[in-house]
Amino acid sequence: MRVLRLLGLSWFLQLKMASRSAFDGALAVAYPLFFATTVLLIFRSGPGRQKALLAAVIGSAVMAVWSATSTRAAFLLQQERHLGTLELLVVAPQPFALILVPVTLAMATVGIAGIVTTLIWGRVVFDVSLVVTQPVLFVVGILVTVLAVGMMGFLLSVASVRYRGAWALGTALELPVWLVCGFLVPLSLLPAWVRPISWVLAPTWGMDAIRAATAGGAVWADLGGCVGLLAAYAVVGTVLSRRVITSARAHATVALA
Amino acid sequence: MSSLRLLFRGGITSYRALFGWLSPWLLIPVFLVGPLAQILFFSFIGKTAGVAGPSFYLVGNAIQYAAIPCLFAMGSTIGDERQMQTLSLILVAPARRVPLYLGRTLPVIVNGFAVALFGLAVGSVILGVTLHPDQYLPLLAAIGVSAFACTGLGLVTGALALRVRETAVLPNVIFGILLIFCGVDVQRGALPSWIRDVGAWLPLTHGIAAARLVLGRSAAGPVAADLLREVLLGVLYLAVGFALLIWFEQESRRRATLERS
Repeated sequence: MRVLRLLGLSWFLQLKMASRSAFDGALAVAYPLFFATTVLLIFRSGPGRQKALLAAVIGSAVMAVWSATSTRAAFLLQQERHLGTLELLVVAPQPFALILVPVTLAMATVGIAGIVTTLIWGRVVFDVSLVVTQPVLFVVGILVTVLAVGMMGFLLSVASVRYRGAWALGTALELPVWLVCGFLVPLSLLPAWVRPISWVLAPTWGMDAIRAATAGGAVWADLGGCVGLLAAYAVVGTVLSRRVITSARAHATVALA
Repeated sequence: MSSLRLLFRGGITSYRALFGWLSPWLLIPVFLVGPLAQILFFSFIGKTAGVAGPSFYLVGNAIQYAAIPCLFAMGSTIGDERQMQTLSLILVAPARRVPLYLGRTLPVIVNGFAVALFGLAVGSVILGVTLHPDQYLPLLAAIGVSAFACTGLGLVTGALALRVRETAVLPNVIFGILLIFCGVDVQRGALPSWIRDVGAWLPLTHGIAAARLVLGRSAAGPVAADLLREVLLGVLYLAVGFALLIWFEQESRRRATLERS
């Protein structure tokens, strides 16, 4: 129960902080809209526009979740260090992973606002009606994908703890993940060597599940793949965070990078 | 002589301070991975949508990515000085304002030029787009004037940083606007007319158009006309940027709000 309280409270506080930050709040929702608009303009000027536009709206909407998470997650620990609060988090009597996960989940949650905004934008500006064959599974698919992106952000935040300019890493990963996870481009169009990378990225499976729920296909296998991978991220991230913190404490480098 | 020293030494020192040279690896994801990722992203989307060939997205995105250093570096010129609490020291100095601010734009123009050139050169290899030697010079000119014009817009955002606290937000928003309005990834003819009209007054639009004309083996006249428009826009934005900087500085001094926004 204490763990759930910690996760819930931290998640809520992070959301409150994001809502008061123009960068983490409004921009996280608005920035993917620029890309979504460009993408939709491209698809609108192409052949087979109506079907392609629906797929593009959904793909662009999910892009927003990663967009809200990538830069901020990579920079998360650097920011805590910059604010002088990292030591407090490290010495807190809870596993470090339990402190990080709700933060990255909160960022991914901001992405839900991005999803809703993009879907409305697609409807109002591009006249794309969202017709979903399996609405319940569609919502489940989105929630699982948000969770997966949050866990990916958690892994990224731990992996980039030693880099001072980690925000740049997160920014640089934004578009490649959009591409490799097949949010808008079918994986079959990408080079063959990219596909194994796509398969180990949980949002790829989440996106497939969302697409299947929209078209009325089989959803559960993709959802299972997504959940399995996000669980693996959680385990790897927890182990990694423990090692990183132990090493930083032993070398007295918590405040340094 | 002191003005020249301020122009070059001051500009380079300010530029070096922007990126934290103790860790130059920062340049790799920002200036090398970023443009290639955007070029590839939109090239694949164009392929999926069946709209345009790779050269269209290569030129548009390579040149548009010059906006990253041009907008962010100029915005940070003011914002970071305030954050480091050095802004008042700079503005209280009896230095002439034109070389002070102009010096800060020079390394940024070179940076924007280099980023776009890298994107175009490496992107053309990855996408298999052939650039002929007789196209090199006009393409370099298109990239150069685009970086110049975009730095002018960057100076305007830098000036606004005297009034706006979140200096990272504004360049991001302007970058997104340029992406849509300048015909980076969509033929300008396919854009709504009001977007086309606004885009005609934004930097990069004519630079990108000129570069596409060069790749399309157009005559020299239309290319030169677009390049000239881009240069004139750059001069206009630089002038507006200078005027805003001087006005906001005077206002900040008068209201004692230099250190806050």
